[in-house]
Amino acid sequence: MNALFQFAAGFASFCFVAAMLLALVRLFIGPAAQDRVLAFDTFYINAMLTLLMLGIRSGSTVYFDVALLMALFGFIGTMALAKFLLRGEVIGP
Amino acid sequence: MTESVLPAWVALPAAILLLCGGLLALVGSLGLLRLPSFYARTHPVTMGTTLGTGFVLLASMLVSSAFLGRPVVHEVVITVFILVTSPVSAMTLMRAAIHRAHGT
Repeated sequence: MNALFQFAAGFASFCFVAAMLLALVRLFIGPAAQDRVLAFDTFYINAMLTLLMLGIRSGSTVYFDVALLMALFGFIGTMALAKFLLRGEVIGP
Repeated sequence: MTESVLPAWVALPAAILLLCGGLLALVGSLGLLRLPSFYARTHPVTMGTTLGTGFVLLASMLVSSAFLGRPVVHEVVITVFILVTSPVSAMTLMRAAIHRAHGT
């Protein structure tokens, strides 16, 4: 049963890292600015989940604080970029 | 390894939750890469991140509780935060996209 848990933890870590890579591809090829902001949103949430997987696999609770801070500042950054796209027209369409 | 002390009633649900969370996050990011328009892309991303975070944090709560021998519930903070902020950021981004597409 523990082997199954180890396999599931490794598989979930692989999935989150692959999701980070896919979001990074969309971040580079995104046709408009809002696509890049959405890809950045996906990227930081998957990075937070990768950190949580590290915490689960190593059995420590230190990674929780880092994940909480990452969620907090990522949301603030996404909201700032979205409000910038909503209000100012500095970046062209 | 620390996980060698996990009992079976924790290891099996945690493994199932981790598999579901990983697959949902991967499918969400695949939808982000493959779908044709921006409004279609916002849907799988929000689904994948919210449900993936929920499943992984539930598994983290199970494993931490079994490992420390007492109920550990402070992962609920991240879950509630993601549940509140993910639709808000998606909705603001969609409003920004509509604003940029139609000019008003």
